[in-house]
Amino acid sequence: MPEQKHGEIDAHSGTPTTGHEWDGIKELNTPLPRWWLNTFYACIVWAIGYWLVYPAWPLLNGYTHGLANWSSRVAIGEDLNELKALRGDMNESIATASLAKIENSPELLAFARAQGSAAFALHCSTCHGAGGQGSKGYPNLNADRWIWGGTLEAIQTTITHGVRWDADPETHASAMPAFGRDSLLSKSEIANVADYVRTWSGNAPPQSADLAEGQRLFGQNCATCHGEDGKGNVELGAPNLTTQVWLYGPSKAAIIDRIQNGGGGVMPAWSGRLDPTTIKALTIYVHTLGGGK
Amino acid sequence: MTTVQLQTQDDSPDLPLYVSAPKVYPQRVHGVYRRIKWALLIVTLGIYYLLPFVRWNRGPNEPSQAVLVDLAHRKFYFFFIEIWPQEVYYLTGLLILAAMTLFLMNALAGRVWCGYLCPQTIWTDLFLATERLIEGDRRERMLKDAGPWTLARVREKTLKHFTWLMIAWWTGGAWVNYFADAPTLVHDLATFQAPVVSYVWIGILTFTTYVLAGFMREQVCLYMCPWPRIQAALTDEYALNVMYRLDRGEPRTSFKKSLALRAKGEHPGDCIDCSQCVAVCPTGVDIRQGANLGCIQCGLCIDACDSIMEKIGRPPRLIAYDTDVNVARRVAGKANIFKPIRSRTVLYGTIIALVGAVMLLALANRTNLSVSAMHDRNPMFVKTADGSIRNALTLHIVNRKPMARRFAIEAAGFDPAHVEAVGATKGADGWPVVEVGPDQIRELRMLVTVPGATHPPPKQDLAFTVVDVASGEKAMTTDNFIAP
Repeated sequence: MPEQKHGEIDAHSGTPTTGHEWDGIKELNTPLPRWWLNTFYACIVWAIGYWLVYPAWPLLNGYTHGLANWSSRVAIGEDLNELKALRGDMNESIATASLAKIENSPELLAFARAQGSAAFALHCSTCHGAGGQGSKGYPNLNADRWIWGGTLEAIQTTITHGVRWDADPETHASAMPAFGRDSLLSKSEIANVADYVRTWSGNAPPQSADLAEGQRLFGQNCATCHGEDGKGNVELGAPNLTTQVWLYGPSKAAIIDRIQNGGGGVMPAWSGRLDPTTIKALTIYVHTLGGGK
Repeated sequence: MTTVQLQTQDDSPDLPLYVSAPKVYPQRVHGVYRRIKWALLIVTLGIYYLLPFVRWNRGPNEPSQAVLVDLAHRKFYFFFIEIWPQEVYYLTGLLILAAMTLFLMNALAGRVWCGYLCPQTIWTDLFLATERLIEGDRRERMLKDAGPWTLARVREKTLKHFTWLMIAWWTGGAWVNYFADAPTLVHDLATFQAPVVSYVWIGILTFTTYVLAGFMREQVCLYMCPWPRIQAALTDEYALNVMYRLDRGEPRTSFKKSLALRAKGEHPGDCIDCSQCVAVCPTGVDIRQGANLGCIQCGLCIDACDSIMEKIGRPPRLIAYDTDVNVARRVAGKANIFKPIRSRTVLYGTIIALVGAVMLLALANRTNLSVSAMHDRNPMFVKTADGSIRNALTLHIVNRKPMARRFAIEAAGFDPAHVEAVGATKGADGWPVVEVGPDQIRELRMLVTVPGATHPPPKQDLAFTVVDVASGEKAMTTDNFIAP
């Protein structure tokens, strides 16, 4: 191997070599452009500054906080406070005005609906659907049939205290007995009640139906809550059975299933999680979806 | 067995990839095109600096500035025209008109835009005039720059850069006036109460004006501007361009030789190689080399050459606005022809007329009221307790008048139906009535219900007409009624 020399000039290109040689191939010394290196050094200096100023290094029980004591949690808190201040006047108006007054003022209505729409997407759409259209067991909030009442105040109460939400003492509480499971009614009796109930919403009963027996059983077992005429009772959360809107579906099988197993859905109380202004906005939003009484 | 001789590599050293441009020292010039340029400079800069201060009375709730880009309220005011964000198609029309006018100018007289109206040219001209005033003309500037730094030179340079910065700063200051009430803004700027963003923009535009007009100058035209490339592809042999009439100028000789030749009865070219055309050129090109990418068609070389022709007693316009076709025709001994009406000029003119007419028509027919509808997507329809089918929509009613107005919302296209609007009152004939504030958009939630017993088709037309209760002005929008 010939002697290697750093800075040896390559005869062909006239460029100095690095002095490295592999199998007779020498490496030319063509350094990176100065501007590139300077940018690189500047980045290193910048990074050191960054480590010092911002949280950067993980430790065993935490992390370095940096000279600026910056944290994303505090930053977002500040952003939220700014937003609150920005919306302060409107929020104040929403907080103090009555629900009816909000609906009658175009500016307050637009603001409350926008705020309610955002809160609905975040907290309510999981169960009630993105547009409040509901699904089996979750009420459609666009329709005008309300289990616990569809006035502004009723909706506000329902959102605030929830339904069958044990943690809230003021929650809507009622449960339909499991007539079949607890052997209060026989299978054929349940079928007759179901046939009778379905006639209210215009569904023709089958040939085998004993509507008179169904009516008698309904009067004995169901009328206390749902009323003799099946119109329901919002005080007890007993649904109106004479409408075209069915929470669990209008088929005979679905109705038999409800009588068989009883029970009812659960909705959380939002008073602990949302502030009263947001609940007000949600109330306005839901009420103006179309079904509000 | 033959040996293959390998070709030796080219061992010549690589040339540098970039040659730094020589500094151009344009010389002062007098003449007809210079006067046109001064006049256009005064007119265009006058418009730019003074337009924001022109007042236009629009009534109590409206800004009284003739030309205003109101970003906060998303409106654009131009004298009697008020453009809302929904109407940005006017901007599209303006851009088409601008492009076509540029194309037409190019088809008629080459890069005449570049030479006379381009902001880069105007401000560079202004900066050059300042430089000439402070540091002297071409020869003086060249001598000073080549010579040593003296106190006088430092003083001159400082004064020059200070004046440049003042012009640049004033340029940026005028720009922000288009985005706020100008007199108020000027007062706020002076008392340091203006929004930070206005100072930032003044800073940005001061910097760009100073750098582009003070230092980069012709390099902007040569390396940054895309128009020379586009222009070169759009032009043809009938377009007027600044040209050296080589049929008259060649062969070049010195003045003395040309006198001697003429005395002998011969015909030398009129060009005496005095290089005045090069000395005055703001982009530093030699027009005698023919069509040139750097030439911005400003005509200053024409003025310079004419002054020389006058001195040596030859007819003017050795350099002139001329066409390729005519140079070729004269060489061939034929007469000049000019064809301003060609297929491309007719095409550009027609497009300009059409777009202009469409825009005028749209402007003349625009109303102070418009409405649009957006159907709820989720759910598309709702079955109510009594079995009816209900659709919910959001109407956007735009009131472009500076006073609050009451509108009745009439629906048509289906029957029998029930129409109500959230937050609206009922009018005399049963339609919902709402009030929309001055210059405002109101979002209105509409509920349209059809009895389920009528079995509405899956989709049918639905039309809303918004009627001003007081004046009867109407606007209409259409949508669909969706059923299962």
